[in-house]
Amino acid sequence: MIQLKVNGADQSFSGAPEMPLLWYLRDVLNLTGSKFGCGIGLCGACTVHVNGQATRSCVTAMSDAAGKEITTVEGLEKNGLHPVQKAWMQINVPQCGYCQVGQMMQAAALLNSNKKPTDQQIEDAMAGNICRCGTYQRIRAAIKSAAGEMA
Amino acid sequence: MSPIENVSRRNFLRGGVFAAGAFVLGVRFHPGLLTVDTLPQDTHVDLAKFHPSIFVGMNPDGTVWIVAHRSEMGTTIRTSLPLVVADELDADWKRVKIEQAIGDKRYGDQNTDGSHSIRSFYDAMRVAGATARFMLIQAAAQQWNVPAAECETDLHVVIHRSTNQRAGYGELAGAAAKLPVPAKEQLKLKPKSAWRYVGKGEVSYDLAELVTGKAIYGMDARVEGMVYASVERPPVIGGKVKSYDDQDALKVAGVLQTIPIDPFQPPPAFQPLGGIAVIADNTWAAFQGRKKLNISWDNGPNATYDSGTYKNELRETSHKPCKVVRNIGDADAAFAKGGKIYEADYYVPLLAHATMEPMVALAEFKDGKVTAWAPTQNPQAAQDIIAKELGIAKEDVICHVTLLGGGFGRKSKPDYVAEAAVLSKKVGRPVKVVWTREDDIKFDYYNAVASMYMKAALGANGKPTAWLQRSVFPPITSTFDVNAVYGDPGHLQQGWTDIAYDLPNLRIENGPAKAHVRIGWLRSVANIYHGFAVQCFTDELAIAAGRDQVDYLLDLIGKPRSIDFTGVDYPNYGASLQTYPWETGRLRHVTEMVAEKSGWGKRKHSKGSGVGIAAHRSFLTYVATVVEVEVNDQGEVRIPRVDTVLDAGLVVNPEATRAQFEGAAVFGASIVRSGEITATKGAVNQSNFQDYPVARIGDAPLQTNVYIVESDAPPAGVGEPGVPPFVAAFCNAVFAATGKRVRDLPFTSLGFS
Repeated sequence: MIQLKVNGADQSFSGAPEMPLLWYLRDVLNLTGSKFGCGIGLCGACTVHVNGQATRSCVTAMSDAAGKEITTVEGLEKNGLHPVQKAWMQINVPQCGYCQVGQMMQAAALLNSNKKPTDQQIEDAMAGNICRCGTYQRIRAAIKSAAGEMA
Repeated sequence: MSPIENVSRRNFLRGGVFAAGAFVLGVRFHPGLLTVDTLPQDTHVDLAKFHPSIFVGMNPDGTVWIVAHRSEMGTTIRTSLPLVVADELDADWKRVKIEQAIGDKRYGDQNTDGSHSIRSFYDAMRVAGATARFMLIQAAAQQWNVPAAECETDLHVVIHRSTNQRAGYGELAGAAAKLPVPAKEQLKLKPKSAWRYVGKGEVSYDLAELVTGKAIYGMDARVEGMVYASVERPPVIGGKVKSYDDQDALKVAGVLQTIPIDPFQPPPAFQPLGGIAVIADNTWAAFQGRKKLNISWDNGPNATYDSGTYKNELRETSHKPCKVVRNIGDADAAFAKGGKIYEADYYVPLLAHATMEPMVALAEFKDGKVTAWAPTQNPQAAQDIIAKELGIAKEDVICHVTLLGGGFGRKSKPDYVAEAAVLSKKVGRPVKVVWTREDDIKFDYYNAVASMYMKAALGANGKPTAWLQRSVFPPITSTFDVNAVYGDPGHLQQGWTDIAYDLPNLRIENGPAKAHVRIGWLRSVANIYHGFAVQCFTDELAIAAGRDQVDYLLDLIGKPRSIDFTGVDYPNYGASLQTYPWETGRLRHVTEMVAEKSGWGKRKHSKGSGVGIAAHRSFLTYVATVVEVEVNDQGEVRIPRVDTVLDAGLVVNPEATRAQFEGAAVFGASIVRSGEITATKGAVNQSNFQDYPVARIGDAPLQTNVYIVESDAPPAGVGEPGVPPFVAAFCNAVFAATGKRVRDLPFTSLGFS
């Protein structure tokens, strides 16, 4: 039996320990904000926080999530919107939106560790998150805007 | 009163689940949130107290329901068309609720592709809004016993100024519902000066849901009792299963059963590809079980296809006389006179769509009927193929449309929706088919591989005295007709037969090519390879002639005129040439404007940096783009800046349009940098983002400036037209920066990255 916390709530899982966290979140807990994009950690659509670190849930086995605190977009902010979400709305970042939860989880983790990232730091931190609609210039702007609000 | 309480629970569950808006929040995370129901589909619009049209309805609380019948894949169309209705209705946008239509022929065309949603439905949406407004005014006039002509509307109210009377729309809904629906001729559409939303735009109706993870895509659809499927398909198109062993697959925890799917009968069209499906109680178990299948394949007639050999064959064909699709003067005679003759071959490989959401669909077959939930651009085609595959009537197929995690044309082809329905019938439960990224890359309907041969003779001042262009590519029609080898007019028109240049001797040809994979349409389609060849060749000629590229381009476009298509099979994207003439003056204008906006010829470029320009009309929209690049000694290419000017006639939603052109630049960057699908022994070699890379944040333009030409011309497309000029301008910029000419895409062939 694997014990873990998801968005602050205790959960236990008795299924296959090698099952990726993404499918546990999506198919078992029905937390569908985290998306399936590539299944091998190349696109970032599945990004969640594991003990505060941005993590690709599609390549994180349940056994590796044991004892950890998982935060998904559904638990990113208890009240209202996280500054990153507000900035994403203000800059009107999403097109299809499918990758944006992963983008925002990645950006939120970046801003947690670096309050005022440079352009290069933003690029380095976001390099693992693909947006096929091509919203990157707005992502850059939104991260700067959120950094301003969090400062 | 909340909108939920206005409708029956049955209808709420059936019709409301995928409609975004506040009412979805309450049920979103409940398991089993969808119910399967094959009763006739009533929308909130149909059930509204006052519903003068299938597109708009209103309740006494003032809530306006508007049907979005086109699919939302990121273009904001689900917002922009309802915005047109709301404008003519003079409705308060905050009181508008949008619901997504199921596939239903009463809405007309629902295939959300070809960048024509606004063009095709702008008038219909205006009429829908104006009709409702007309009837609300009539209702108020009757109540007040004043002439309707003396009444006017303001945000969600009817007003009679001289008697100082006002009535909210909701109060009038009941009375308006009793009035006859006026004929279109009785309506008076708002003058432009009175427009509230059109031309000003709005952000996506779904924006809050998109940033909170609450938006429901096809991948997120669930129904009670559903199972998950993953399908091992024949690795070569047209192949089939010889034998298979599923013993190990069935041992995987969570795997319930395996099911064979029949191979298709050519042509493939939208039929499932066949193979073996693994059914499981969660997605991951289905994936794992599938890896344990042991299948022996008959690879069929395409097993000898090799994309490298095929490229050479296309090129050879393009070097021989082909079918003439447009001719002016006598190019051969002009070439025979000698002078400076230039030739070049251009090549664009097969391209995959790689939508961020892989193909996925949920369907339930029950009592001879099917209900499907799918991220589809084309729900009516999904109905058709499901009906055909299962031998039932189209009317017995309900196709709900979820949000789409990207589309780009791939999700117009509902093969994946048909798979879910076929499997549900065999399993006896609702089945959700989930494609892996590998499935998506390997079993796409690829944008055609194309080879273009270009030849020009330059005369005085470097202007071409003769111009010959031949393109050879497996046509999209091959997906629907096994004998099709030539380009059809609908794709030859795309930047090819409609070349903008004023040339005395012009011959345009197209050669035959047989398809060995499924060919389909991808954002901008044939414009990608045609625009690349024409606009890069133009750049080559300008340089050969020692001319400034902007000056040369304008010289070739010539005087403002409407292109004469006499004798050419030129469909003009389905629009009439009277309403949408091909106006070279508009192409000139965007070219001149982008030169000015980008500071063409005025900015200094250091070593390793440079700019390129291209101009192209597609989907009736005129675009010119300047791309700036920086290339370091390792051949790494950055794109610091893009300027693009578009003339799309009337632009309903400028904000969404800017976003589309920003995105088009990134889409084009992927094509130039790394877009390439290859095949060996008939099977596609690429599988995921490691070998089919798409642009990441550092690969994309740092800044794309989008300028929209103010125009009262009728609306044209905005989703696709940004891609073709970007691709060519990017390659022209790389030449300016490095002296290396990109003729074969992707540019990795020259060592760039």
